[in-house]
Amino acid sequence: MTLKKVNAIEVKNVTKVYRSSNTETRALRNANLTIYDNEFFTLLGPSGCGKTTLLRLIAGFEDITEGSINLFDQEIVNLPPNKRPVNTVFQQYSLFPHLDVYENVAFGLRRLKKDESLTKKRTMEVLELVQMKDYATRKPNQLSGGQQQRVALARALAPEPKVLLLDEPLSALDLKLRQAMRYELKTLQRETGITFVFVTHDQEEALTMSDRIAVINEGEIQQIGEPEQIYESPSNKFVANFIGEANLLSGFCKTNGENGLCELYTGHSINLFVPSHIKQNDKVTIFIRPERIKIVKSSKDKSQLSISEFTYLGNAATIQLKSNEQIINVNLPIEDLKVFKKGDYVDIEFPKGSAQVID
Amino acid sequence: MLAKNKKTKFRYVWNFPGFGGWTAIFFGFLYVPIFVLVCYSFNSSKFAMIWTGFSFRWYAKLFSNDDIQTATINSLIVAFAAAPLATIIATFSALALVRGGEFRFREFSNGLITLPLMVPEIVTAVATLIFFASLGINFGLINVIIAHTVFCIPFAFMPIKAALEAMDPNLELAARDLYSDKTSTFKTITLPLLTPGILSGFMLAFVISIDDFIITLMVAGGGSTTLPVYIYSMVKMGVSPEVNAVSSLMLGFSIFIVSLYWFFNRKINN
Repeated sequence: MTLKKVNAIEVKNVTKVYRSSNTETRALRNANLTIYDNEFFTLLGPSGCGKTTLLRLIAGFEDITEGSINLFDQEIVNLPPNKRPVNTVFQQYSLFPHLDVYENVAFGLRRLKKDESLTKKRTMEVLELVQMKDYATRKPNQLSGGQQQRVALARALAPEPKVLLLDEPLSALDLKLRQAMRYELKTLQRETGITFVFVTHDQEEALTMSDRIAVINEGEIQQIGEPEQIYESPSNKFVANFIGEANLLSGFCKTNGENGLCELYTGHSINLFVPSHIKQNDKVTIFIRPERIKIVKSSKDKSQLSISEFTYLGNAATIQLKSNEQIINVNLPIEDLKVFKKGDYVDIEFPKGSAQVID
Repeated sequence: MLAKNKKTKFRYVWNFPGFGGWTAIFFGFLYVPIFVLVCYSFNSSKFAMIWTGFSFRWYAKLFSNDDIQTATINSLIVAFAAAPLATIIATFSALALVRGGEFRFREFSNGLITLPLMVPEIVTAVATLIFFASLGINFGLINVIIAHTVFCIPFAFMPIKAALEAMDPNLELAARDLYSDKTSTFKTITLPLLTPGILSGFMLAFVISIDDFIITLMVAGGGSTTLPVYIYSMVKMGVSPEVNAVSSLMLGFSIFIVSLYWFFNRKINN
C-alpha cells in the first residue's frame, strides 16, 4: 500500500534564541522535521530541551529567530496566532474562568463569526465527543482536573483545526486518569483525523500513543522515527538512555563490517554490524536493552559475573551484574524468578540482532 | 506524655499565653474611639463629651449648614473625577508594565509609579502647591482634581497590577489561539478578568481622595474647600457635636462604598 503522505507541518532550519538584557539562551538549534497529515506526532525530551518552544513557535506564541515553518505548504511564520488554523491544548488547561463550559468551547467559533445555529451544533458535538455534554453550564472551577482536561480538548477541537497542538496535557492528572486518557486521546485522533502534535517528557506516553516521535535534547533533534525504531535502534547514547533502560557496555572492535565482531571488557564477544569508520582495536560502546540479555547459570571458576543486586518487581525482577567495574542490568522474566538469587554466578548471552554499536 | 503536650501546646495560635487579651486590647484601641464618636454624634448636649440624651439634632443642623454641604459636594466632585481618572491611568500603566514585555526602563518605571506611596505627603503637598503657583494654574476645584488624580494613581495601580500578575498569561494566548485578535482578546478575556482588580483600585483611589487632607489643604483655594479640610477648620474652634455627626456620616459612606465593592466582587466571582 503506497499512500502519498501529505506534509502537515514542515519545520525548516528553525532556531530560537531568547534574549534578555544580559543573557542569550539558545532554545532551539537548526531544527528540521516534517509532520505528516493525520499523524500522531510526539515531541519528546527532558524539561528545558526546547520541545515546548517548538510547539509555541508553531502556534505563533513566540517570534522565530531563524528558519521557517510551513503549514500545508503555506508559510505561517509571519502570521499572528489568530490567523493560524492550529489550536492548542495548554498544560494547565487555561480555561476561561469567567465563562461556562459551553462558552469556553464556543469561543473559537464565535471569533470565527460562525452563525449561531452552527456554533451551537458544533459545540454540543465536541462536548458529546469528550463526554462533557451534561456539564455545559458549569464554570471551570466546578470541574475536576480530568473534566477540565476534556473541556480544554473540546475547546481546541471545536473550530476544526488542521493541526492540534498538545502541551503536556496529561502531566497534571493522576496516574490512573493519565493512563485512561492516553487511549482516549489516541482514539480521538483516529476518529477526528486531525494531526496531533503532542509534547511530553514521559517516554511511556510517547511510546504508547505516537505514530512517530522526535526526541529532542538541548535544543537539538536527536532522532525522528516510529516508536519501535526509537526504542530498538536509538541513534545515540542520549536516546538510548532517555527511552527505556539501556546498557551501554564498553569494548573494542575486532573486525568491522556486516558481520563484525566486538569484544567487551567483560570478555564476551558479540557478533554485530560494525560501521566501517570504526577500525580494529577502536574503542566502541555497545547498546543492549536489559530485557534482551539472556542469563544462564554458571559457576565461580567459569564466570566473573555475579548477581550484585536483585530487585523484585512482582511481575518480573531486575538484576545487576558486576564484573571488571562494568555494571550490566538485566530484566529477569517471571519464570526465572525462583531460579536465580543474589550472589549467584551467571553467564550472559546476547541473542543475534539484540545489540548495536552506538555513538 | 509530657513531651507530647509540649509539642501540641503551641499548635494553635490561641494557645499562646495572653492571645485573647492582647487581641481584645488591639481591637479596642482600633474601634472603641470610633464607636464612641458615633455614639456621641447622637448626643443632645451641645458639649461634645457630656451625654444628656439621644437626639438627631446635630444631623439636622448639619443639613441646614450650607458650608458643610458645599464642602461635601466639593469632596464628591473631586473624588468622582479623580478616582476614575487615576484608575484609567493606573490600568494602562499596569498593562504596559506587566504585559508589555521587556522594554527599557521597565523596572525603573514600576518604581517611579509606586514611589509617591513612600514620599512624605507634606513634601508632595508643598511641591504641588509650588508647581501650580509657578505655572499660574488656578482653576479652583480643577487644581484639586489634578492633584488628587496624580497622588491616587499609585493606590489604584497596586491592586490592578497584583490582579494582572495573578492572571494566567496563557489565558490571553489561548484566546489568541482561538482566532481572537488583540482587541477582542482584551475585551473578552483581559478586561472581564481584571474587573475585580480595577474595581478595588478604583475604590482605594476613591477612599484616599475623599479622605485626603494635607495636599488638599495646600492646593485648595477659597471656594474649593473639601470636607476633611472643613472638618479640620471646625475642630480648630473646639470639638463640637457637629463634627461627630459629620465624621459619622463620612464613616457610613466609606462602609457603604466598601460593601458595594464586596457585593460586586462576589457577583463577578460567581
